[in-house]
Amino acid sequence: MRIPILKLKDYLLVSIQVELDDQTVLTFQEDLLNKIKDSGAKGVVIDLTSVDMIDSFIAKVLGDVIVMTSLMGTKAVLTGIQPAVAITLIELGITLENVHTALDLEQGITILSQLLEG
Amino acid sequence: MTEPIVININNEFDIVLARQKGREVSKELLFGGVDQARITTAISELARNIYLYAGSGQITISILEDNGRRGIQISASDNGPGISDIRMVLQDGFSTSGGLGAGLPGVKRLMDTFDIDSVPGAGTTITISKWAR
Ligand SMILES: Nc1ncnc2c1ncn2[C@@H]1O[C@H](COP(=O)(O)OP(=O)(O)O)[C@@H](O)[C@H]1O
Ligand SMILES: [Mg+2]
Repeated sequence: MRIPILKLKDYLLVSIQVELDDQTVLTFQEDLLNKIKDSGAKGVVIDLTSVDMIDSFIAKVLGDVIVMTSLMGTKAVLTGIQPAVAITLIELGITLENVHTALDLEQGITILSQLLEG
Repeated sequence: MTEPIVININNEFDIVLARQKGREVSKELLFGGVDQARITTAISELARNIYLYAGSGQITISILEDNGRRGIQISASDNGPGISDIRMVLQDGFSTSGGLGAGLPGVKRLMDTFDIDSVPGAGTTITISKWAR
């Protein structure tokens, strides 16, 4: 399973709609970094509205991919984290520090443009 | 009493299967959305530990009944290397695989009960449960 990555102007948009098995998550990490390089995108929004579970492995890969995008000079925002997912993440002890978040895709794009201008 | 569901864990897709079964059963038991996420996440952590540290094993999901209350019990067992220092693996951040070390201490917080039975060289069985409100 491959997670589609769309390009909109200077941004890459990702909406995760599939069940996240380990290989899918790792392939996504690689695909996103390659797409950033090839497209020269300045920002990335990863929308998690349809994701109903994030365990410590998925959280680690997501956290890593955000650090990697920033190493490449790109800003990333996570959007749409469900309340139940936010609660379980905290109970697992995972805080995703230094990660920009927003309620939905639209607000994610707003935050990106603020980050890139400011 | 419904029969327990057994999922053999041999690869990473079995991890997905185990948590999907856990989600189904917790829906059936009318757990709320947050508890469903807690149970599914706990199963995912235990199934991945089986796959990572023991290579293979089993997740067994059963329904608990007590005086009209219902709950879910999940048992994760393997014949892998076992755990010699249980206190250590229950510390947040302890990992022998470069993971976050959030799995076992996290599962303990997500569920109502948490028991580890492990014999070094012989294997590990972790049993967790949660009661529906
Ligand atoms: N089924 C198991 N068999 C043997 N060792 C295990 C098992 N499950 C967990 N462990 C050990 O406990 C440690 C902590 O596990 P966990 O809290 O899930 O964190 P992580 O998987 O990120 O390392 C693991 O790194 C491993 O050394
Ligand atoms: Mg683990």
